[in-house]
Amino acid sequence: MDLQFLDIIPKSGPLFWGALYTLFVGLIACGVGIFVGTGLLLMRNSRFWLLRTFVGIYGSFIRGTPALVQILVFYYALAPLTGINIGPFTAGIMAVGFNSGAYVAEILRGGLSRIPKGQWEAAEALGLPKRKVWFKIILPQVFHSVIPLLVNEFTMVIKITPLLSTITLVELTRASQMLYNETFRPVEVLSLAALIYFIICFSISQFGEHLQRRSRKYRL
Amino acid sequence: METVHPPALNPTSDAPKVMVDIRHMNKFYGDFQVLTDINLTVHARERIVICGPSGSGKSTLIRCINRLEEHQDGDIVVDGIPLTEDVKNIDQIRSEVGMCFQQFNLFPHLTVMENCLLAPMSVRNMSRSAAEALARRYLEKVKIPDQAEKYPSQLSGGQQQRVAIARALCMQPRIMLFDEPTSALDPEMINEVLETMEELAREGMTMICVTHEMGFARKVADRVVFMDQGQIVESAAPKTFFGNPKNERTQKFLQQVLQH
Repeated sequence: MDLQFLDIIPKSGPLFWGALYTLFVGLIACGVGIFVGTGLLLMRNSRFWLLRTFVGIYGSFIRGTPALVQILVFYYALAPLTGINIGPFTAGIMAVGFNSGAYVAEILRGGLSRIPKGQWEAAEALGLPKRKVWFKIILPQVFHSVIPLLVNEFTMVIKITPLLSTITLVELTRASQMLYNETFRPVEVLSLAALIYFIICFSISQFGEHLQRRSRKYRL
Repeated sequence: METVHPPALNPTSDAPKVMVDIRHMNKFYGDFQVLTDINLTVHARERIVICGPSGSGKSTLIRCINRLEEHQDGDIVVDGIPLTEDVKNIDQIRSEVGMCFQQFNLFPHLTVMENCLLAPMSVRNMSRSAAEALARRYLEKVKIPDQAEKYPSQLSGGQQQRVAIARALCMQPRIMLFDEPTSALDPEMINEVLETMEELAREGMTMICVTHEMGFARKVADRVVFMDQGQIVESAAPKTFFGNPKNERTQKFLQQVLQH
């Protein structure tokens, strides 16, 4: 088999745009994931049992169903069920974000359990209101302690974005499919796509390590 | 709404104000009674040292005063405010009562300055500049003015504890609680913290200290309270307490502590 990377590279513009799209969708979904995960963490520690129960059910449901099915449900079932008509872009980001949120919540729960009790006590003794205790004292430390895990979760998000090709989003995987249908060069195109995925995920990991190094002086 | 202050417990007007009044207080962990019929009255400017063997309930007692621990029955009144389930009262009491812990409990992700700014700005609604001026004043008082931009982990244990004292003082509390402030420190750092506490005492701060530093108790305390098995066994001025302890358990404890 003769590989013709040199022929493909000049035509790989769509891959570049696809990669950008993947990164863009991944970033927003990750933001949604962190937002949802933080919300779930706060709900898990709420004094209302209904919220605490909800978090448990949410988590088991998300982890117990395939991400692809969740995406399809968001895309096909949400509009008829609720009357809210969201496009594939919003549906996809929501689905991936809400999926990731369940995992982020677990990561944060682990981080929270490592915060010494004295931190709560010192904050309470100063008379800080609950909200301030969470957002100024506890959450910053929780996030700091789980940076490597969160970065890893971000790469997981990037790696489930190809599922969004099933709901018509032209992200990197869909873009490469379109390109090899056109050029009949699946091996070259997909190798390139894999390389791009690798570069994205590797850069994210490196960025995570940089973040952690930078904030090492906070550590007790 | 205005807080309703109960009538003063001491009717003579020139007598010092009652800052902490604990009456018939009991505390349980499940079925286990950790504090039994605690009665303790602390007046303004008074310095109380609480000592006793480990597990005697000393820390639990002072942690009840700012509601880090809940008491089951009896009354606690702090600076005229009854300590109840009422969150408003609890918040109010906490803003009047400063506390230092054995493990310092500084916030490791914030600089020394930020540690000191947080509560005055978010509880007292002070402006940043006013809070900073206040923090600088107290950091100077505890003799670490030039470490304000460092993180707690960059300081020694003694320095961290002094920052913790400054952080509590920035709320301008009327009462300070110390929960074994020197127990986690290396011996050569104990004195710097004790000196800071002595200075605070000289300035007339109302203080309740749980400590094993008998030298500090002798020098600074107006009253030494001895606890054993969740009860206040003896309470006396240091001279009487160390020179002529009445209770057998106190005698035994002092023998062990003062032997060397």
